[in-house]
Formats: sequence, structure tokens, C-alpha cells
Amino acid sequence: MEAAGVTAEPPKRSVGRRLADLFYGRRRLQVGTLLAGPMGWLVIGYLGSLAVLLISSFWSVNALSGELQKSFTGHNYDALINTSVYTDVAVRTVGIAAAATVTDVALALPIAFYMAKVAGPRARGILVVAILMPLWSFYLVKVYAWQAMLAPGGVIDWALNPLGLSGPGYGATAVWLVESYLWLPYMILPVYAGLERIPNSMISASEDLGANPWNTFRRVVLPLAFPAVVAGSIFTFSLTLGDYITPTLVSPDTQFIGNVIYANHTNNIPLAAAYAMVPILVMVLYLAIARRLGAFEHL
Amino acid sequence: MSPLRARSAWLPAAIVGGLAATMLVIAGCGGGGGGSTTEAQKTVGAGEGKLNIICWAGYCEDGTTTKGVDWVTPFEKQTGCQVNVKVDGTSDQMVDDMRSGQYDGVSASGNATAKLVAGGDVAPVNTDLVPNYQTIFADLKNQPYNTFDGVNYGIPHGRGADLLMWRTDKVHPAPTSWSVILDPNQAKKYAGHISAYDDPIYIADAAVYLKAHDPSLGITDPYELDSKQFDAAVNLLKQQHPYVGDYWSDFTKQINLFTNGDDQVGTTWQYQYFTLKANKVPVAAPGASTGFVPTEGATGWSDTWMIAKNAAHPNCMYKWMNYVTSAPVQAQIMQWFGEAPAQSKACDPTTVTTADKELGLPADPQFCDEYHAADPSFWKRVYYWKVPVSDCGDSRGNVCKDYNDWAAAWTQIKG
Repeated sequence: MEAAGVTAEPPKRSVGRRLADLFYGRRRLQVGTLLAGPMGWLVIGYLGSLAVLLISSFWSVNALSGELQKSFTGHNYDALINTSVYTDVAVRTVGIAAAATVTDVALALPIAFYMAKVAGPRARGILVVAILMPLWSFYLVKVYAWQAMLAPGGVIDWALNPLGLSGPGYGATAVWLVESYLWLPYMILPVYAGLERIPNSMISASEDLGANPWNTFRRVVLPLAFPAVVAGSIFTFSLTLGDYITPTLVSPDTQFIGNVIYANHTNNIPLAAAYAMVPILVMVLYLAIARRLGAFEHL
Repeated sequence: MSPLRARSAWLPAAIVGGLAATMLVIAGCGGGGGGSTTEAQKTVGAGEGKLNIICWAGYCEDGTTTKGVDWVTPFEKQTGCQVNVKVDGTSDQMVDDMRSGQYDGVSASGNATAKLVAGGDVAPVNTDLVPNYQTIFADLKNQPYNTFDGVNYGIPHGRGADLLMWRTDKVHPAPTSWSVILDPNQAKKYAGHISAYDDPIYIADAAVYLKAHDPSLGITDPYELDSKQFDAAVNLLKQQHPYVGDYWSDFTKQINLFTNGDDQVGTTWQYQYFTLKANKVPVAAPGASTGFVPTEGATGWSDTWMIAKNAAHPNCMYKWMNYVTSAPVQAQIMQWFGEAPAQSKACDPTTVTTADKELGLPADPQFCDEYHAADPSFWKRVYYWKVPVSDCGDSRGNVCKDYNDWAAAWTQIKG
């Protein structure tokens, strides 16, 4: 009797079991559930915040209360275009970002080439660690260190004074130096990876065909490594473009895009939002060019 | 159907849907705040055990910056309200923080009070619930920066003037006028070593200077500037820009720069001045004989304790407002910071010297006279921070530059 009673009850199904049944054979649901988290993050976290930025850039603030006035106005963009200071600051920022990128390329190419093609495994390991080492210390610590070095009468002045020179002091030059230093590892690593992919046989072939080292570098190595250089430049360029802490610390009286946005975030968020569109547009343009140059195949 | 095809079908829909949802959320965030009046509190009940306040540097000391300088801990012991202090460097930052809804109150200057009232962020204050309000100096009560449409929105804290400070070992002769940093011919001498306040309100400092040095502009109030006056002030600051070593809004940064000599002359607050003095840095400011104010007068502030409209701990805030305006506490804060107290009873010589003893300062029974606490005529030369609005407040009408113009000009000045 007892045994019969037990079998009469329907078998208990666990939640997991029922879920498995639900998903069984439904490809769309499977893929959709898998991607819902990351896609939601992407759409709401990234695209959503961009949408908020774009929308708020058309708002304004009440001059008395400083509160947001959520009605459409093109006044912010009008001000950005017609006030020379915003153009000057944007040009200055893009200029420094480009200068830091070029500097990093010039420094990274020989180092990465040595690592990829010349150094033995042991030396290569040591170099990789040396390049990654600065990333172990906190960003602010490094910038504060530069602030102290660049200070009037600081280490740089002290080292240059016997030669009758003085350091650059604070300002745009200081920003260029610090940004070039900060982002160099982000340039070396992709360039190193790119150079490593070039088969040694190509370099040998070039030599066999009579090219001198410079020609080999210029006509064989560089074209093959170029996409990797562009990939690295995305990091150095965009990180410099958006940085406002370094300029605050080593360039107290010369503004960059990030500083202007930071200064306006307490008293005019819509204007800050409109100005934030500038680096976004610059980066969209930059990435479009980088894509054409094949950088994304090397990331 | 392949997974790839499936994704390509719903990806664009998901993006569009996500954006639409975001916009709906934004649209829904509208309204709120602004305009609607709230009633002032009728009674003060038991404390809520906590208090979150925004203070200017030196207003809410709890012994952590300097040992023994502490009036927050006794308040906590008396009331059971645990105080959490946020120190801000500019009025705009204070307004921003108050709007975050996390704070019960703020020591607001005139350029924040009007914003907070206009934005509906603060509640009227029932002065009957603050017994110490009775003996506050009369010329601080019912002023345009603490009373709006006849409604009281705060308890006066104290007042002072922005300070001209210089390193005595670097700046000769000792300046008596703002021209040392604002007249390009004199500022040149200290190129790269001038310190200026990093806030649009600093334009008023130039206006105070021009009011004295260029009468043809006809400036009457440095916050009510028409185009011509405003442009002159902005141009003066643009000329000053190449000589400025540092624009500060972080007072600790300014203290460091004056200590190591990068900054040699500039505008500051009493807090930095006395901190540097205590650290034996050779700095000076106009002496007591001039009331600590250069010949042109100076911008300054008259601060007000305000309570957030939706304060989570209103009873603790009322208890704080009464505590912080009591004579013994005022005597401590005002001497520690270096400003004139709002509490008339804080000027009693015994109260002053008792506070000195507690702070470890030399006895200074003349303190209130030096700071002109009870001298309304002196304060005519001090122009309290306020929000510039388009209404000039006189026969010129609505032709003055409002705060949005000031903020935009500030970006241009810094280049």
C-alpha cells in the first residue's frame, strides 16, 4: 500500500530542472539570456550615459538658483563655437595628446624592436617586467612625483642648472612630459606584440635582397608594425585627451578640456556636457581612421 | 536559426529600447525642488543621533586638524548627535553637495544662500527655536543674504573679508593695496608667484579694485556689474593671468605653496593665514590698524547656517545652530578662524580670554574691536559675496551680468 501511494504522486521537479526544460530547444532564449547581462550593461551603462550627456548638453542652468532648466536650447553649442577660449583649449588638448602619442611612438619602437627581435629570452623577461613596473604604482603618486620634480628649484632644475639651463616649469610642456611618461607602457606593449608577429625570415629576406638596416626597417618592419602602432596610439591619445588630473597638478594656469569640464561641473553642467562632446567627436574620428589603418586587428 | 542571425535581429531593437528607456527615466526625473515653500519647524525634539553638515575650513573643528582645537566633540557629548563634517572649498561646491540630499545643513555664504533658497533646497528657520539668536548683532539679522521675502532662512555665523597675504621675505615693500596683484605693472614683479582664488566670484575682487581706481566706470556694487564694468573687471583679470602662479580652491594646496615659496602674494582666507603663522612661515597681512583690509576695501562674506529642506536630522541641526552661535563656542571659532562673530555676547572679554586659553592662543581681550565685530560702518567697505543677477538693483534695470555670464567669463580668464 505504502509503495503504491508513493508512486501515485507526481515526481517532484527541482527549479533547475524546470529551467532546463524551459530553455531546451529554444536557441533564441538561450542566447538572449546569456547576453542580457553584458548587453544591458553596454546599452544602459555606456550608450545610456552617452544619451544622457547628449540630452543634458541642450539644457541650461538658471542664473540665480543654478538649477537645471530642462528645456531645449542650442545656446551651449553656440557659446562653445563662438567663444575663442573653448576652441583654443580644445586645440591645445588635441595638440598635447598628439605630441604625447608621437613621443611615445618614438620611444616605444626601438625598445619594442629590441625586445621582440634582438634580446634573448632572459633580457626580454626583464624588460617586460621593467615596462610593467610603473603600472604597479598608483597613478596619482606618479603625477605628484613629477609635480615635485618639475617644481621651480626641483630635481630637474637642479640637474639642468650646471649646464646653464632650467627645467620647463609648470605648463603645457610639463603636461606633455608627464603624459608621455604615464602612457608609454600602453604603447610599448601593443607595438612589441605587433613586432613579434613579424617573421624573422622577412627581415632576413630583406637583408638578402640587399636592403640596408634602415631600408629594412622603413620598408618591411614599419609597414607591418604600423597597425600595432596605431592600436597603441589609441591608448596614448585617448588617455591624454581625457586626463584632467595631470594638468591640474603640473599646469595650474593652463587649461585643458578636462579642466574646463571639471570647473564647470559645479556651476554649469549642461555647458560641461556640451564640451564633453568635443573629445567624444575627436575620438570617434580617431577611431574611424584607426580602423581604416587596420589597428583593430592588432588589439 | 544560427546564434549570429538571432543576435543581429534583436541587437538594434535592444539598443533603441535601452535608449528610449533611459530618456524616459530622464524625463521622469524632471520637476521636484524649486519654488514651493515649506513651513519652518515648530518645535525641537530629541536629537536623531546624527548630523551631517557642510562647513568652510576651520568652522567645524573636532580636534583632528589641530589637537585641542575642538568644539564638535563637546556638542556630540551634550546632544548625542554624532557630527559628520564635509569641508568644501567653494560656494558652488556647497550648493552641489546640498543638492545631493545627504546633508542636514551648511555654513553658506551669500552666493550660496540665494541659490539654495531659489532652488528650494533649504527650509525657513524658526529663530524662536534658536535662543542664542536673540543676542546676534542686529546688523546681521534680516539681511538680503539670509532673509528672503521676509522669511528667515538661517542663523548668522560670522563675517570677514578676503585677505591679502604675502611672504615677508619675498615681497617688499609691504603692500597696502590690492594693486600689488591686480595692477599689471606691479604684479609683473611677482610673476608666477601670485595666488588667486579659483572661482567666478573672484571677478568681484577686480571690481572692488576698479571701484577705487577707475571712478569713471561708476561701479557701486562689485556684484552688480553692467557690460562695461564687467568687461573692465574681466580684462583686468586677463591681464593678471600670466602673472598668476596658481589658482586655488583647495586651501591645503595654497598653504603648501606659500610654505615652499612658490606662492608669494595673493588673496586668501584667515584660516590659511593663521595656519601658516602657526607653522612659522613668514607671512603677513594688513594689520589690525586697517581692520585687515587693503585700502580699496575687500570682498568678504557673512555666513549663515541653513537647514536642508528634507533634512534627515532636523533636531540635531537646530541644536547645532544654537550651539554654534553660543557665546563660548563663537569666541572659539571666530578667534581660531579670524573673523568677526555674529554673537554679541562672544565679545565679552572674559569669554574671549577663556576661549583663548582653551585654544592655546595668547589672551586677546580686544579681539572683537580688532575685527570690528560691533562696528557696522566698517563693514561698508566689505562686499559680502552674493549671486550676481541681471537685475542691477538700481535705475540701470536688467542690464547686469548674471552668474552664468560670470562663470563663462571665468573660463575665459583662465585661458
